[in-house]
Amino acid sequence: MTDQIRQIAFYGKGGIGKSTTSQNAIAGMAEQGQRVMIVGCDPKADSTRLMLHSKAQTTVLHLAAELGAVEDVQLEQVLLTGYRGVRCVESGGPEPGVGCAGRGIITAINFLEENGAYEDLDFVSYDVLGDVVCGGFAMPIREGKAQEIYIVVSGEMMAMYAANNIARGVLKYAHSGGVRLGGLICNSRKTDRELELIESLAKRLNTQLLHFIPRDNIVQHAELRRMTVIEYAPDSQQAEEYRILARKIIENKNLTVPTPISMDELEELLVEYGILGGEQEYQKAIAQDQGKELVNV
Amino acid sequence: MSQNVEQINDHVRLFHQPEYQELFARKREFENCHSPEEVARVAEWTKSWDYREKNFAREALTVNPAKACQPLGAIFAASGFEGTLPFVHGSQGCVAYFRTHLTRHFKEPFSAVSSSMTEDAAVFGGLKNMIEGLANCYALYKPKMIALCTTCMAEVIGDDLGAFITTSKNEGSVPQDFPVPYAHTPSFVGSHITGYDNMLKGILLELQGPRTEGNGKLNFIPGFDTYVTNNRELDRILNLMDIPHTILADNSDSFDSPNEGEYVMYNGKTTLAEAADAVNARATIALQAYSTEKTRAFIEQEWQQPTHVCRPFGIRGTDAFLMKLSELTGKPIPRQLEIERGRAVDAMTDSQAWLHGKRFAIYGDPDLVIALLSFTLEMGMEPVHIVVTNSNEGFEQEAKALLDSYPNGKEATIWGGRDLWHLRSLLFTEPVDLLIGNSYGKFLWRDTKTPLVRIGYPIFDRHHLHRYTTLGYQGAINLLNWIVNTVLDELDRQTNITGKTDISFDLIR
Repeated sequence: MTDQIRQIAFYGKGGIGKSTTSQNAIAGMAEQGQRVMIVGCDPKADSTRLMLHSKAQTTVLHLAAELGAVEDVQLEQVLLTGYRGVRCVESGGPEPGVGCAGRGIITAINFLEENGAYEDLDFVSYDVLGDVVCGGFAMPIREGKAQEIYIVVSGEMMAMYAANNIARGVLKYAHSGGVRLGGLICNSRKTDRELELIESLAKRLNTQLLHFIPRDNIVQHAELRRMTVIEYAPDSQQAEEYRILARKIIENKNLTVPTPISMDELEELLVEYGILGGEQEYQKAIAQDQGKELVNV
Repeated sequence: MSQNVEQINDHVRLFHQPEYQELFARKREFENCHSPEEVARVAEWTKSWDYREKNFAREALTVNPAKACQPLGAIFAASGFEGTLPFVHGSQGCVAYFRTHLTRHFKEPFSAVSSSMTEDAAVFGGLKNMIEGLANCYALYKPKMIALCTTCMAEVIGDDLGAFITTSKNEGSVPQDFPVPYAHTPSFVGSHITGYDNMLKGILLELQGPRTEGNGKLNFIPGFDTYVTNNRELDRILNLMDIPHTILADNSDSFDSPNEGEYVMYNGKTTLAEAADAVNARATIALQAYSTEKTRAFIEQEWQQPTHVCRPFGIRGTDAFLMKLSELTGKPIPRQLEIERGRAVDAMTDSQAWLHGKRFAIYGDPDLVIALLSFTLEMGMEPVHIVVTNSNEGFEQEAKALLDSYPNGKEATIWGGRDLWHLRSLLFTEPVDLLIGNSYGKFLWRDTKTPLVRIGYPIFDRHHLHRYTTLGYQGAINLLNWIVNTVLDELDRQTNITGKTDISFDLIR
């Protein structure tokens, strides 16, 4: 059964706009007739709010904590249907500072599998917080789970650092399971030479820049109303961008084993595109600062 | 010196020597213990209804649960297969516990290994331990199959067994075609019966061979059954009926190997070839329901094979089992088994007067409890407290239906998810004549004086009980023997004071 379902996952640095991008892309996919389920793997549980028009849905782990055990949770209590029939689940997580969020993701995904949530679907989409920091956050890329990983990135250094880290996680499992990198999605921050930079990063990682999403305030307007742009302003240019992204995901055949780069290589890339200065500029700036201090003393 | 080589004091006598008594007294003083009066007062209070209510309001603490953890069941299942080494991915201490637990019950050595995860493995993941561990096992112990399960540590950090095994094979730990079935067995979920189920399913999935036109056999899954002769009795009955069969995970010899002077490491009786061919059987019959749920679902879905649950325990259970066999195979029930049934019924009528109306408490695994309830209800006994720590909804419904079908089952309460400390309160506030359960019940016997019939797992403090069958009509006679003679022993104890209670100290019972 699960063979025919395409399982995809969105990864990326926290705050990059992963949940917004993924939900808009999924709205576009749903519009194009795809049956999709979103599995939010983020303790803050905001991977489905634009679909459900709600603040945050009840999560598997929240309910499990309330009832005492995951076995007591019923699928209907946590599986809701949102915009255009998209099914939504949030794994949830522990209180900040206690417990293990990674274990939470494992528990929630096992629960969904055991309770038959993976039926009558074209796509399952996992929305995962941050880097692949531990086994729990790697759960969606493990054997038999997501086969295509999309990394949401921008031209900022830390976002690219995270993207590279995620590529390492994918590589780790690529040879034992069948997980592949589907591409980078650039959620523009309007940094300098962003498009070329990300294209270049994609090339280094042996993947593609699937789509470049320009920055537009309409996303924030839609977000305020807890809607995707596709629902809020279906005729806008931004909605069209998300539709293109959705189509590209549906038609994507370019799945690769990534070739993550070293920290040095990443820094070189940033220097090349002027995000960071080179060693010369660094020495110059330090020397300048020291010169100032001498004068002051 | 308290010990003298000519006359060594054993554990029982040694600590009653004056120097030890003095030591204990000083220890009590040093620890600032409560006075014996205060201890006695609180002990008395724990017998009250007031304490029972507090005890049952307990939320965050379990005291003496009547269950063990998942990997124990997993390695128990794995040991039933030919040349199979159970390999637990996790910490050494856990595996030492499983081995001793089994060894203390069966008085047999038991081989299982761990991947020896320590703190660094918990942080960096256990892949390296797995790669090295598999390579070592393969080289040192030369198994035909390594069955992998996990401890909580590996589960909490989320080690991916499937991917790890593939990587280990790529690294050359074991040959590519060497069978390494696996099961995730976190102990914070379910109990040993869940682990049994997960592991058996994993093994059948790994070993399943090509589908052919059918081998005409029936598969049997014993479940987490620790009576080593049960599989032999099952085999005997099936041979009497001339039914070709495969017992999946037949570990009867693993826990009861003959001592012939040479140690044999692998005694699993189900061959890998038989397990591979199980896919071509006509049907699979599980002798337990709740330790085989996932395995049966797998067999039905993946093998498209019908499955049935039949518990051949007690008269009714064995009748239903034999009739099911007859129905599935078209073969008649042989005269021999009719005679055995007659003997069991005869024995039961002999003892019936002593057991009819006896009120009892019972605890154990869901399937064991159902089987024993069925038999004791047949004997006219009255179950009162039924404690099943690893309970589930299906079990409770099934047990309720069984109890409702007998007039002597009406008084029973099923206490799902409760532990032996709850049972202690139940026994004090609503006393019964008899307690049925494993060795842990001896503490309840000590406190409440309720005579204990040792049936179940583990039995650490009596020898050889596991060598007797509980299955079929002959098994019914053994169960009867244990139960009725416990009642009669207790009666002798109650009537053995000369001139006071000995009016009923009878030679003939």
